[in-house]
Amino acid sequence: MNTLHETETQKSAAVRHPVQRTKILAALEDKDTNIQYDDALENEMVLNMGPQHPATHGVLRILIKLDGETVVAAVPELGYLHRGYEKLAENCSYHEFIPHTDRLDYLSPLMNNTAYVLAVEKLIGIETPRRTKFIRVIISELARISSHCLWLGALAMDVGALTVFLWTFREREKLYDIFEKLTGARFTTSYTRVGGLEQDMTDDVKATIQQFIDQFPEKLDECERLLNRNRIFIDRTDGVGVISRDKAVALGMTGPNLRAVGIEHDLRRAAPYLVYNELDFDIPTFNGGDSLARYYVRINEMKQCVRILQQALEKIPAGPIHAFETKKVLPRKQRIYTKMEELIQDFMIINFGIEPPVGEVYHAIEASKGELGFYIQSRGEGHPWRLKIHSPSFMNLQSLAPLIQGRMISDIVAIIGSIDPVMGEADK
Amino acid sequence: MAEQVVEQVKKNFPDSVLAVKEFRDQTTLHIKKEDIVKVCTFLRDDEQCKFDYIVDVLGADAYTPENRFEVIYNIYSLSCKRRLLLKIFTDEADLHVPSVTSVWQGAEWPERETYDMFGIIFDGNKDLRRMYMPEEFEYYPLRKDYPLMGVPDSIPLPRK
Repeated sequence: MNTLHETETQKSAAVRHPVQRTKILAALEDKDTNIQYDDALENEMVLNMGPQHPATHGVLRILIKLDGETVVAAVPELGYLHRGYEKLAENCSYHEFIPHTDRLDYLSPLMNNTAYVLAVEKLIGIETPRRTKFIRVIISELARISSHCLWLGALAMDVGALTVFLWTFREREKLYDIFEKLTGARFTTSYTRVGGLEQDMTDDVKATIQQFIDQFPEKLDECERLLNRNRIFIDRTDGVGVISRDKAVALGMTGPNLRAVGIEHDLRRAAPYLVYNELDFDIPTFNGGDSLARYYVRINEMKQCVRILQQALEKIPAGPIHAFETKKVLPRKQRIYTKMEELIQDFMIINFGIEPPVGEVYHAIEASKGELGFYIQSRGEGHPWRLKIHSPSFMNLQSLAPLIQGRMISDIVAIIGSIDPVMGEADK
Repeated sequence: MAEQVVEQVKKNFPDSVLAVKEFRDQTTLHIKKEDIVKVCTFLRDDEQCKFDYIVDVLGADAYTPENRFEVIYNIYSLSCKRRLLLKIFTDEADLHVPSVTSVWQGAEWPERETYDMFGIIFDGNKDLRRMYMPEEFEYYPLRKDYPLMGVPDSIPLPRK
């Protein structure tokens, strides 16, 4: 304990008590960066990475035990962004919770909105009109592109290529413009409503989306050209953070990370929701199980998103966007101001909430990070009795420790970048 | 599809299944607490069931004098593409339930989260620490008797 404990070094090694040593180690773990060594040749160091570290993509903290530069053991610590959303949900009406879902996976809020209302609609047992389903597919896929764009830029930046980050953010900016036109907000969209949407998609928005998907494949191709044959990028990701197929399944990895070990599991196919069974798309899978395989899976997913969007824009029918369930679905503002019946309904839904039947449902969608599910227990009241958010980032982070074990410190950055965690979702 | 699985479980463990609930095309099996590991191992290994993938383990507080806490297992079969929910009950006096980490390794973190939020102790989980809250926190925030606004001074301010 050289520099940190002067008195300790003066004592001989034999006097040193084991209990004292563990105490010191515990104290060290709470400081920022700490070194502990008895012998210059047997270096074992505990490094604290995060929660404020640019490469941890949020407030993830990892305690790493190092032998030289090799990771011997790692302990991820979560909870720095824990806001208690599940407790809040128990005290909110079903509609009041929609804005909170924006803050879960804050890179694709539209997808969280969709996942949540689908769970509530399953609980109530209402079916939305076809147009709403198509719009929800469109916003989900746009959110997926937006999320994957950030992942791509951040991964490339983590391994040292800054240009890709700037280019993908240019694409995200276009997406945010679409979201602003569509929902009125850039980040915290809160776009969906139980049984419908906040507002209809105008032809103008539709044209903007068409414009976006017309140019996006080319821009993605430009990014790919910077990376696919880039020696540094390949060296930093190929064979880094390998996980076997069995291990990934056992640890509950989900989404693109699971597809990168060769398992063709996608809830859009396995349990089709909305109108995904009418749309033609492939599920990209790769067998490597390393960071490079995860990169290829997501890149190909973005191309499939464009395919889905193209079909959805062509097939989207005209019609109403709200389910005809007067006691469950919020009426239109204009009618509330002019009609007595709607005014009463609005008052009841806002003040007492939708009162769904007693029961328990779980509904999951394939979000950009994996399976995003909401489990709701209802006792027939206006607010849920218990609401559990099943977040994909949480399950993906579980496999972080085995992934980084035995790798170098610099690989940790590339591995975290490739599994794409979002702490807002993992910490709830 | 789900009926086959329910039949299989009922046939092999006639005493373990307490109830079968169906709601919105979703099956929930209520299982005796002591037998959960046995049933889970069967569900994972049986050729017709093949529930090889753990999605989630979650707790719920029913706030009743008996069987206050529920632990719900959300399992999925990647090859058969079906989902099953299992539920066990535990009393406030006896918060110990068997851990299923021996069956699905991925249950470790969800069990830790359930322990953190409800104080349910999973026997056999090797790393049962708090997931989100600080280690010295004394309460279990998702219990129904924990106030929404929190308890004053329950989280000490960081020392200088």
